[in-house]
Amino acid sequence: MTEMKMLREAFGDALVKLGGKNKRIVVLDADISSSLKTGKFAKMFPERHINYGVAEQNMLMSAAGIAATGLTPLACTYAAFASMRACEQIRSMICYPNLNVKVIATHGGIEVGWDGPTHQATEDIAMMRSIPNMTVVVPSDAVAVKLLLEQAVELNGPVYFRMGRNPVPVIYTDQQQFTIGKAVCLREGKDVLLIAVGTMLATALKAADKLAAHGLKCTVMDMHTIKPLDEIALLENARSKKLVVTLEDHNIIGGLGGAVAECLSENDPKHMIRIGVRDTFTESGAPQELYKKYQMDVGYVVQSIRQFIKKIRISEEEKSEG
Amino acid sequence: MKYAPQLIKELYRYSNHIRQESVRMVCEAKSGHLGGSLSEADILSALYFHAMNIRPEEPDWEDRDRLLVSKGHACPGWYAALALRGYFPVEELKTFRKINSRLQGHPDMKKTPGVEMTSGPLGNGLAGGAGIALGARIQKKDFHTFVLIGEGDFQEGCTWEAIMFAGFQRLHNLTCIFDYNDSQVDGPTHEILDVVPIKDKWIAFNWEVFEIDGHNMVQILDALEWAKASHNKPRAIVAHTTKGKGVSFMENQANWHGKAPDCEQAEQALKELQEELP
Repeated sequence: MTEMKMLREAFGDALVKLGGKNKRIVVLDADISSSLKTGKFAKMFPERHINYGVAEQNMLMSAAGIAATGLTPLACTYAAFASMRACEQIRSMICYPNLNVKVIATHGGIEVGWDGPTHQATEDIAMMRSIPNMTVVVPSDAVAVKLLLEQAVELNGPVYFRMGRNPVPVIYTDQQQFTIGKAVCLREGKDVLLIAVGTMLATALKAADKLAAHGLKCTVMDMHTIKPLDEIALLENARSKKLVVTLEDHNIIGGLGGAVAECLSENDPKHMIRIGVRDTFTESGAPQELYKKYQMDVGYVVQSIRQFIKKIRISEEEKSEG
Repeated sequence: MKYAPQLIKELYRYSNHIRQESVRMVCEAKSGHLGGSLSEADILSALYFHAMNIRPEEPDWEDRDRLLVSKGHACPGWYAALALRGYFPVEELKTFRKINSRLQGHPDMKKTPGVEMTSGPLGNGLAGGAGIALGARIQKKDFHTFVLIGEGDFQEGCTWEAIMFAGFQRLHNLTCIFDYNDSQVDGPTHEILDVVPIKDKWIAFNWEVFEIDGHNMVQILDALEWAKASHNKPRAIVAHTTKGKGVSFMENQANWHGKAPDCEQAEQALKELQEELP
């Protein structure tokens, strides 16, 4: 049985260790510290924990001020509120002057489930990615959270660190190396390139297993840093593939799918399938049911890839016969 | 007499020069915001030439007092004060709003020495100032943070989040100065979205308030001294001011909020200001 762990739990644990080592870290909350799992840090370092109540704009702007005094604030809230309510503060007051603020966002994507579309951030990656100076990190499991958070804190400049809500499989061992801006290649296969972020990495790995049974060999990449995109690794892995598939719990517009499509179309155009929310608002429901209904589950991924490959083969055969 | 007459005269001279430089800058740039720059000039003069503990030759000195101008559009006045105080050459004011300049249309903390926080989108300065005051508290520093706001800031929601926060946190190292000229882009503030009662609002949010005539130097100095004295609450100074102060045809005229004077108008404005020079 695969071990399951919530990324925000991993975040809360990692934070305590980092807080002990780095006295410049200050943690800011907006009344959902119980959800963001910052309680342990608050208990250990009360003088470096501030709760702003439900006031995200003030929290992010205050973070800019705190950063201007030389500290490293981590402003924690849900992705929907960080990216939308406090977008101006992040864009004009933090990223424009390149201040050292870490925006810690959980509950990204439709896997928030039951709370419904108001709380499902499906545009946040696109918004954050289009802001100059911003680094966008989307860890996929508890190990990645721990290692990438450490680097995000050390990096001098704004970072958007996006996690989901629910427990997800632990994919990596503690020996795994992570570098912000360098994708991880988990599996190599010659036919299809699967590129995933966050909770969708587990889906990509399962889909790769099922496709192997159908004779299709997949390379699987974890593009944990969406910005700056690891273009070198992307182009290298895409080079000989028939099809590139992106998987993200986010709108297919502007996020990972957008970033990969931009890079490939400028350098080495490829057939692509973008798995994600298809430019729609979804609804309340259990996450697995939503993934199925909105075509983001393993079954749909496998089926759409097989259909696409079949289509490509037919057209190749027609060409060679013609 | 509490203040030497010479000091008061000197500070009025600086406010006059801030106004003159503001007129020159906006005329030269053919764009920019004069009305608010003229109304804040006396406050800026008192802060930079008397009240604040600063080192212009070392703008990043970590123990310096900070001023954030949240009403960022009024940066001609801010830039003029900084240049006159020695943060950069007065000559550089000519580059305002031009390409390759350190003096952006709205303040950029990474480009301009002395600009403590980027501003322009109204309603953010006080939250940023509260963050700086909090950063000082965490690091056990005893510098003071001033934030200058206008009506636009007062109408924005984030300002009220910050007022509530600073009151609750008892940020006694934070002072908000309200350049209250009762005028904004579309006309008199009391006709658009009135901000009164001002004092009662602040008191209700656990601040202490001092109301002054924002063009009376003695009152400004008294208020700033009160603000820096030891106490346990954040403090607000409501400075009643006149938009376009010092130039007869701009005073209380909302249409001079963001309009540049032509050469003739600028000459007339400078002539009036020079005649008033103490």
